[in-house]
Amino acid sequence: MILLVMIVLPLIGAIATATLGGGGGSARTAKLVALLFSLAEFVLAVVLWVVYRRDQLGAGTAGAPPFRETFSVDWIPSFGVSFSLGVDGISLVMIALIALLVPIVLGASWEERLPEGRTVGGYFALILVLQAAMTGVFAATDVFLFYVLFEVMLIPMYFLIGAFGGVRRTYAATKFFLYSLLGGLLMLASLIGLYVASGNTPARAGLGGTLDWATLRSLAGQIPESTQLWIFAGFAAAFAIKAPLVPLHTWLPDAGAEAPVGAGTLLVGVLDKVGTFGFLRICLPLLPLASSRLAWLFLLLAVLGILYGAIVAAGQTDLKRFVTYTSIAHFGFICMGVFAFTTQAISGAVLYMVNHGIATALLFLVVGMLTARGGSRLVGDYGGVWKVAPLLGGLMLVGALATIAVPGTNSFVSEFMVLIGTFTRYPAWAIVGTTGIVLAAVYMLWIFQRTMTGPVRGAAVLDIGGPEGPASGSGGLTEQPQREADDRYGHGGVAVAAPVGTARGVTTAVRRRFGDLSPREIGVLTPLVLLVLFLGVYPKPVLDVINPTAERTVVDSGHTDPAPRVPAGAAGATGAVTAAATVRVPAAAVHLEGTGQ
Amino acid sequence: MTAASVAAVLQAAPPDAITAPSVDLTAVMPVLIVLGAACVAVVLEALLPRERRYAAQVTLTVAAIVVAGFWTLLEGSRHRYAVTFAGSVAVDGGTYVMWGVLLVLALPSVLLMADRVAEPGGAFVAQAAARVGSARDRVATQVATPMQTEVFPLTLFAVGGMLVFPAASDLLTLFVALEVLSLPLYLLCGLARRRRLISQESAVKYFLLGAFTSALLLYGIALIYGYAGSIRFTDIAARASAGSGSDTLLLAGIALLTVGLLFKASVGPFHLWTPDVYQGAPTPVTAFMAACTKVAAFAAMLRVFSVALQPMYWTWRPVLWVVAIASMLIGAVLGITQTDMKRVLAYSSVAHAGFIILGVMALSQQGASGTMFYLLTYGFATIGAFAIFTVVRRGSGEASRLSDWAGLARRSPVLAASMSLFLLSFAGIPLTSGFIGKLSVFTAAVGAGMAPLVVVAMVATAITAFFYLKVVVLMYFSPPAGAAEDGAGEPYVVVPGPLTAIVIGLSVVVTLVLGIAPSWFLHLLSVPFPFTG
Repeated sequence: MILLVMIVLPLIGAIATATLGGGGGSARTAKLVALLFSLAEFVLAVVLWVVYRRDQLGAGTAGAPPFRETFSVDWIPSFGVSFSLGVDGISLVMIALIALLVPIVLGASWEERLPEGRTVGGYFALILVLQAAMTGVFAATDVFLFYVLFEVMLIPMYFLIGAFGGVRRTYAATKFFLYSLLGGLLMLASLIGLYVASGNTPARAGLGGTLDWATLRSLAGQIPESTQLWIFAGFAAAFAIKAPLVPLHTWLPDAGAEAPVGAGTLLVGVLDKVGTFGFLRICLPLLPLASSRLAWLFLLLAVLGILYGAIVAAGQTDLKRFVTYTSIAHFGFICMGVFAFTTQAISGAVLYMVNHGIATALLFLVVGMLTARGGSRLVGDYGGVWKVAPLLGGLMLVGALATIAVPGTNSFVSEFMVLIGTFTRYPAWAIVGTTGIVLAAVYMLWIFQRTMTGPVRGAAVLDIGGPEGPASGSGGLTEQPQREADDRYGHGGVAVAAPVGTARGVTTAVRRRFGDLSPREIGVLTPLVLLVLFLGVYPKPVLDVINPTAERTVVDSGHTDPAPRVPAGAAGATGAVTAAATVRVPAAAVHLEGTGQ
Repeated sequence: MTAASVAAVLQAAPPDAITAPSVDLTAVMPVLIVLGAACVAVVLEALLPRERRYAAQVTLTVAAIVVAGFWTLLEGSRHRYAVTFAGSVAVDGGTYVMWGVLLVLALPSVLLMADRVAEPGGAFVAQAAARVGSARDRVATQVATPMQTEVFPLTLFAVGGMLVFPAASDLLTLFVALEVLSLPLYLLCGLARRRRLISQESAVKYFLLGAFTSALLLYGIALIYGYAGSIRFTDIAARASAGSGSDTLLLAGIALLTVGLLFKASVGPFHLWTPDVYQGAPTPVTAFMAACTKVAAFAAMLRVFSVALQPMYWTWRPVLWVVAIASMLIGAVLGITQTDMKRVLAYSSVAHAGFIILGVMALSQQGASGTMFYLLTYGFATIGAFAIFTVVRRGSGEASRLSDWAGLARRSPVLAASMSLFLLSFAGIPLTSGFIGKLSVFTAAVGAGMAPLVVVAMVATAITAFFYLKVVVLMYFSPPAGAAEDGAGEPYVVVPGPLTAIVIGLSVVVTLVLGIAPSWFLHLLSVPFPFTG
């Protein structure tokens, strides 16, 4: 029931916000109402988490139902469809992530400059609608309901990008929608195939097809492999587009870059994870034969994504596009963990989904705050920002380090788990994937160096005249060639910078105009920074929730964890850093539980 | 020959040589109501003074359709089935569903025709006989003389033909019904108040191609009669199962018959009339054709294919595979390049015809029910979309160009939102009725082993979504359209009159309800299978 409330509440909030903020006069009230609803949603998520943990600890692991907090009513009986909600460990952490990010995003968008003719009430209302749809996707335990919300989720995001985005917003929104819709329709074909195939299994003879997840899971072994492969193809295509794996990723840089910062954060931070979540929820448990047969393909795409995303990210001249490409590399890691079929790797992948949501949100929001000040998204327009806005620079550093998974930040734990978990089954893929870490350091530190360190330079920093400054409105993509040229000369040593000698004086003046983070911005980013550090040293609370479900997913997919080839003591002796030891505690616990059953 | 021998011959003849066929009038009462009202309407047209005709005709037409609809609902729920008129009309569960869908869609179409607010005087010409551009014509246009009310009896006749079409269980009844529904439509197409030449051109085009197809159909009927020695569907099926006779006759007959039916349903590649006629015809008539004619044609196809031609399904199904793929792709790809809203919807209807025919090909209870459900959802979304067309205007006519729709969301957010809903329904986005329609038809198709066709359909849907989305983008994300070069001024939106408003509101409600809570309607529209014949 609480899940139903969590879906309905943001919708009510959206209606209230849209009604209040429609006229224009009461924009502030509308924003406050939206924030209140999102905070209420967060409280509900905390309650959900606590209740889930209590039930989980009370019930023990053996014979536990797949979902808790379930709610179900018949919807379309003639298609075997019901409106069923429930959470397992994986969906719980994702729902919590949504509930965490939405208030932060609303806070960050508080003073968003919107295109002419758009009201902030509409913007906040759409974000709340998006929240309802995303929560529903993760909570759905009926494959049909999952599909429906998967598609419906597109609509608020489409309008968020198309109505509130940057210069090329229409193009980006259309591309986003068409890519996702094509994936969704292929998924629909597979959904129908799954329905028909389930009706043809011996166990359902005379009962007709079904789309209930738990029933389908029990039928998974009875659907022949050839049928599974076709059904898998459609689902996997949809998920590979959504969590962009490399050949299908081209919509994300456009959508991410043109989306307003808040929507972009939710897009990269949560919405795309529906793809990897779909692999875990639908492909692995319901189509185990096909998943195992085609695992090599997805490992290949994952590794390609890790390398390609990292290399292309290094070449980006647009800050927001840069962030989206780093995400593509990270989705490669997540996908690799999913298709490694070990508890460790899958737990790591799910934790990665959460951590990436937090770290990327931090990075995306800081970049958004930077570009809002400079009025340009181009890397070449910035330089030495750290001297001008030390707090902003410092938080960007935290975000950057979290993104490249430096030990002590949350991403390190998950990346390490994914790599270790993959190594136990597919050493070669893991080794190739590890190079991604090095590349990540390259792209991230390089861009940090170019924008944050060195002398104060760049059109966006020096010519700053507030929001209406000369530096090219909100997008500036049309002026890219010129800017790129500036960029190159700037690094070639020709001074775009302030006159030498008075550098300090100029910095002070610029600092005053550019402005460091406001208290509101600091307040918005603080929870993210704290989480980055906290989950970096103590991920156990989250892993405790994820592990049983990850283990169940491995079993459902027809695999068992490979026996460790190296004695546990020896692995510890190889000099793993302290954080690694933290990781191995829950992982070892999982192995123990596994043997105990 | 003597008188005695004549008497002997007469004596020898069986006493019941000519028996009156059993006629069950209550079974076909909806048809009788509609056609009877049409005849009364003709008389009213002749007797009533001009200024009182409009009110009388609208009342009569609406009443006839509503009464026929209620009769259908009541009798259908009682499951009183009959094959009557010497086996030429079959009234079974399927027929009642088809009649229900037809009448439910005919009602908003008629309301749209009756609207005289969006286009002052009505969408139809005041005097069809006045030559285009003549003084009388110009005067009629300037003072907005009320339209002629002859459109209402014409519509009723067309609806009557449509009701008989899917109930026909022999080939001649099928042909007669086809003509009864087609002839009034040819006329209606030519009666537009604005852009009369293009309207008349569309009528001529439709008539010529339609007449040509009728000839093909008739030839096909003749060949099939030559094969089976009977025009009754059940006899044809029995003969085909027995497998005697010349297959060439049968196959050629099936081919010609199929072409005739596909033409009416505007399934590609027999769709060539569709864009021109949709564009030229008065918008309410376009809506009527797009919704109701399609229902009638597909419903008739359901009966023909699943009763008469069912034993031969291995001959025509591969052909329909090709036809379905062609229709989906032609509609989707050519739709992208269109710049006129009505042509966009015309090509979209061709693509949809390709989807719907999958349900017909499935030859199953699920397929037949899915087809009818799809037609209902598509019909309402189409009528709603065309209703919105009538109120978005530029200069003195409808703003038909795509670019005229730019920035509509700022002028009238409610209309833009409704239009977006209809377009999303066409694109099959969940929580709209179009999605449930697609789901039912495609599920039936996969169940009948047509999974590859479903994949093609999905790709085609994605392509069609591109041009639906183009309209949404225009309405929401583009700055409002300025004045045109031809001096027709800026596009503007008329406040919809009560009738149009009812139609739009009804379509929105149906699109949402059938999308969110379709269960009861799916049950109501489930067609018993196989059909009786």
